[in-house]
Amino acid sequence: MTHQPLPIQRGFGETLRRDLWWVSPLIVFLSFSAFLVYGTWAAFQNAYYTYGPYLSPFYSPEIWGDSHWALLGPKPGWWPTYVPFSPALLILPIPGLFRFTCYYYRGAYYKGFWADPANCAVGEARKVYRGEKPMPNALQNLHRYSMYLVLVVMAFLAYDAWEAFWWLDMGGNVHFGAGLGTVIMWANLVLLSGYTFGCHSVRHIVGGFKDRLSGQPIRAACYSGCSRLNAKHGSWARWSMFSVGFTDIYIRLCAMGYITDWRIF
Amino acid sequence: MDASSALPTENTREQTFRLWRGERDEGEFQDFKATVTDGMVVLDVVLQIQAEQANDLACRWNCKAGKCGSCSAEVNGKPKLMCMTRLDQLPANEPVTVEPMRAFPHVKDLVTDVSWNFEQKMKVAKFQPRAPDAPDGTWRMQQADVDRVQEFRKCIECFLCQDVCHVLRDHHKHDEFIGPRFITYVAALEMHPLDTADRIPALKEEHGVGFCNITKCCTEVCPEHIQITDNAIIPLKERVVDQFYDPVGKLVKIFSRRSTNT
Repeated sequence: MTHQPLPIQRGFGETLRRDLWWVSPLIVFLSFSAFLVYGTWAAFQNAYYTYGPYLSPFYSPEIWGDSHWALLGPKPGWWPTYVPFSPALLILPIPGLFRFTCYYYRGAYYKGFWADPANCAVGEARKVYRGEKPMPNALQNLHRYSMYLVLVVMAFLAYDAWEAFWWLDMGGNVHFGAGLGTVIMWANLVLLSGYTFGCHSVRHIVGGFKDRLSGQPIRAACYSGCSRLNAKHGSWARWSMFSVGFTDIYIRLCAMGYITDWRIF
Repeated sequence: MDASSALPTENTREQTFRLWRGERDEGEFQDFKATVTDGMVVLDVVLQIQAEQANDLACRWNCKAGKCGSCSAEVNGKPKLMCMTRLDQLPANEPVTVEPMRAFPHVKDLVTDVSWNFEQKMKVAKFQPRAPDAPDGTWRMQQADVDRVQEFRKCIECFLCQDVCHVLRDHHKHDEFIGPRFITYVAALEMHPLDTADRIPALKEEHGVGFCNITKCCTEVCPEHIQITDNAIIPLKERVVDQFYDPVGKLVKIFSRRSTNT
């Protein structure tokens, strides 16, 4: 703009807003930080991640590991001794990248962690801004790839939720049943599904990339369903993040003997 | 009019309005006391102050019905249409601040020069319909296919979304970023079932869609409740990914021999 000067940029946090504009970024900062700290700690534990028919979502799918869930058996012998091992460390980068590059989370952590801006119509600390145009920020476009991978992980989580119905008794027989953990795992699956299938990238690949959906009823129905979920994408994102952490905590506390799983039938 | 009708009623009170006064880059807030009632909107009070206390107060307005997009300003620090901001939505015991939009050059008092926006509109490739479907030169399309872009046509060009966007407001990227209003305009054209133009390369480079970091502030302030971020900006970012960052998807499309626009 050359014809007239623009208003002077306001300083960090400067605003005439009267509401508690700092509350929502603070909640984002505290809740995301708590999840990151707990998730990192839990991922490095490499213990107490199964109980009965339950497998923690942080550790699913278990590629290598010590539980009977491991797809390829125990930790391979070639694993370097100086590299810490945990089945969670092999799988968490996929949902981690998916959430890190998610459009909802990007908007939330740019405010809560980066204060760019701290909130709408609030002055910023930085004078320089490059957005998501250049590298490395352009890597946010990896969201499409992490979405493809997360769909595979979702299939495993659905299998885990189904397996949570099948209990092994003392005699070695398998029985259909459910505990509170089963309910928690299904609630987690529903919340994760709402988040994943309402993802902007999923919405795009099922129909958003087309300008005409008439004459394609299945595609139109999928697009419509994704759009309905997408309208509350932020809520699905927050609740599913909570449910993943809570499911891990529940299974961990059961496995450690601090609580007893309530057997419903 | 009966003289008693002019007397203060239960809901009538005196309130302070702190209006920005000045020209170009110089100015300051000036306090005015006004007698108000709950049913009034901010524009009512500004016009009352203009009529009774400050005849030279500059204020742009037109329809007073939230449809012309002229009376955009910042009320208590938030971009709003003055004509759609009722006083009963604001704290009654505090002064109400009214200042001009901060993303555009200041002209006088509450008026800014928004002409930059119209320059941006000129940069966007125009509607290019496919060949007519019928011999009489007309087209056929399904309502379901135009529903998606009709949301964007609700825009009244109040430019509140441009004002609140930190890329323009705080970082002054006016030469590199066309802003949420015109990304929505691109979406309205790009997603139109009859349109054949490809605006995605320009959107990525000249229009600077990558500057948007999805704070959703534009959606928050839109008086027409257009889902600017979710339905316009992000779907277009996804189309940029289609063309520039997703070789897997591109291969699939090549092998399935399908066009993205059909």
